[in-house]
Parts: sequence; structure tokens; C-alpha cells
Amino acid sequence: MPSLKDLKNRIESVKNTRKITKAMQMVAAAKLRRAQDAAEAARPYTERFNAVLGGLAASVGGSDSAPKLLSGTGSDQTHLLVVMTAERGLCGGFNSNIAKLARTKAQELIAAGKTVKIITVGKKGRDAIKRDLGDHFVAHVDLSDVKRVGYGDAQGIAADILTRFDAGEFDVATIFYSKFVNVVSQTPTAQQIIPAAIDAEEDAAGTLYDYEPSEEEILADLLPRGVATQIFAALLENGASEQGARMSAMDNATRNAGDMIDKLTIEFNRSRQAVITNELIEIISGAEAL
Amino acid sequence: MANTMQFDLVSPERSLASLQVESVQIPGADGDMTAMPGHAPTLTSLRPGVVKVQSSEGEKSFVVTRGFAEISADAISVIAEQAHAGSEVTKADLEDVLAAARQAAQDATPEYRDAAEKFVADIVHLMENMD
Repeated sequence: MPSLKDLKNRIESVKNTRKITKAMQMVAAAKLRRAQDAAEAARPYTERFNAVLGGLAASVGGSDSAPKLLSGTGSDQTHLLVVMTAERGLCGGFNSNIAKLARTKAQELIAAGKTVKIITVGKKGRDAIKRDLGDHFVAHVDLSDVKRVGYGDAQGIAADILTRFDAGEFDVATIFYSKFVNVVSQTPTAQQIIPAAIDAEEDAAGTLYDYEPSEEEILADLLPRGVATQIFAALLENGASEQGARMSAMDNATRNAGDMIDKLTIEFNRSRQAVITNELIEIISGAEAL
Repeated sequence: MANTMQFDLVSPERSLASLQVESVQIPGADGDMTAMPGHAPTLTSLRPGVVKVQSSEGEKSFVVTRGFAEISADAISVIAEQAHAGSEVTKADLEDVLAAARQAAQDATPEYRDAAEKFVADIVHLMENMD
């Protein structure tokens, strides 16, 4: 049985832990709001961009001259997986869920005899899949110095991927990130970006546009930017998901610490009572002996 | 016909403007064009330049680099990769863009070099016209 002093120390230590998790939860809540605002602000751009790209792709997509970014290289032998996770831990299952999805997908591809290459964005995902898939890593993007993800960061990643695509290093690229549903639920998602998976949703009105310069040129100009746009959207979703996951994880941790303090306090009180009772028995039996 | 149209200017990081306008001048890839209500539906890519908006509240201008514009009879959306309100953009901002563009032009493979060099030239032109 632990002594009173030990129990007191435990209680103090759990109380300190609770203070830390509480603070982390509040910081995450503030960051979550900012991340959500950023995602909100980016939405009009993404929506319009995809609408225009979708319309263009639908009209040009069928032809043989369609750019490779849209129609693919004609093979699906080499896959590039871009695994986007957080730079920090302590956010519940956020990082491991993305890593798990990516690992499953990678193992499926390997089992099917495909070549797999992996780019990791964010340290935690890299650590999580290093043991199983470390041989497949081709690059890593470190965003730990970036306070707020900007479009420039997404462009950097996209430029790297496009250079590799132009060099014929892979045929199909898929990004892995976590979609923000709400604070308690984030869905790990795989999304194919090359060849562009565009929902060929024809414009209801079927507006006929004049194109300046030509349709093909605009499409060829837009597709690489579509990659950057999708990555940017994914980074923002990921940012919001990370903070949401951390917030609920820290909320749980705070609650658990509270429960633990209650239990320890009861145990402490019981032992103190036992000590008092013991002392009384000694005094009384001592008095009776006289 | 209505004499105003809906104008939206969006960049990846935020939406800069959304208002009713009388006319918009945009720097199209093949030359400047002015869109007024009732314009034929057009999709054009942009070169770095100034978007001038004429509305009932007066004239506003925005500096954009790369992007495209979607024009229809009653609305125009400018979807720019980078955009700043004309009043807040400084030469220093463009210097960064220019430096990056010059670097990109140097690194570009031959098939992209022409486009990259044109981009540099457009930015230089834009900066000269700012004073």
C-alpha cells in the first residue's frame, strides 16, 4: 500500500498533467477556428476552379490530344503516394489513421505487382510508415517551420510532383489526407490527383465559351495548377482535422485526468482514515493495558 | 438589359471582391479586354497585370499574376493565383514574384522556357507601369 506521501505526490502530478492537457485543448480550439476560417476562405477559389476545369475537361477530355495530366500515361505500373500528416503528435488517431490507410493501399499495390513510391508531408506520417515502407520513400516535405500553410507551400509540393511526372517517374499519383467532418470526426481520405479525377459533370446549361487562347492551351495551363489547388485544399483540410483531433484528444485526456484525481483522492482519504484509526487503536489499547 | 454584372475576384487564400460592376478590364493572355454586361461567354487565361473594375462606387484596381477569367453575360469571375488590391500592392511584393519567375525561367526545360520568359517580361512591364 502506497504511503500517504506517495499518494499526495501522485495527485499533484496528475493535476499538473491535467493543467497541460487543458491548455493544449484550448490552444487547439483557437487554432481550429483559424484553420477553419482559412479553409472557408479557400473554398470559393477551389469550387470555381474545379467547375471551370470540369467543364473544360469534359469538352476536351475525349480527344486523343488530351494532356497526359488528364488522360494518364496509358499505364498504371508506378504509383506515387503522397502521404500528408501533421508535424506534431498528441492528436489522437489523426496521424495513425492516415498512415494506416496509406499503408493498406501501398501493400495492396505492392501485392498486385506495382511499383510504389512515397512522398511524405509531415514528420509523423513518415515515422509511422518508415518501418514497413521505408524503402519506397523518394522525398519528404518538412512543414514544421510553416506557421500557416499558404498557397506557396502547396505550389512547392505540386511543382516537385509535376517535375517527377514530366520525368516519367510515375503514372498515377494519389494524395492521402484527412477530411474534416467535424471536431470529433475526421475521415482519412485517398484522392487521385494524376491523372486528374474530374467528375465529368456537364454544365447543365452547356454554355459555349469563346476560348482565348485555345481550349487546349488553357487546359494545359490549368491542369498543373489543378494539382496545386487540390494539394492546397488537402493541406487546409488536414490542418483543420489535426486541430480538431487534438482538441477532442486533449478533452478526453483532461477528463481522464479528472477521473484519476477523484479516484486517487478517495484512496488518499481512506488511507489517512486508516492511519488515524490505527493510531487510536494503539492509544486505547495502551490505556487499557495500564 | 441590366447595366451591371456580378464581379468576383478570388485567390486561393481569400476572396478579394464580390460586387456589382459596370465594366471590368482584364489582362487577357492575348491582350487586354474589357467586359461589359452582355459579353459573349469567354474563358481566358491571364497574364500578370492590372484588373480595373468600374462600378457605381468608382474605379478599383487589383494586381493579379497568373490565373484565368470566366466571363458570361451577367457575371465575371477572375480566378487568380495571386491577387492584391491595387492600393496595397507594393513593388517589393512583385520583386519576390519576379525573382521567383526569373529563377523558374532559368530552370525551365526548353519547351516551357518561352512561356516562362514571357511571364518574366510581363511582370517587368507591370512594374514599370506602376509608378
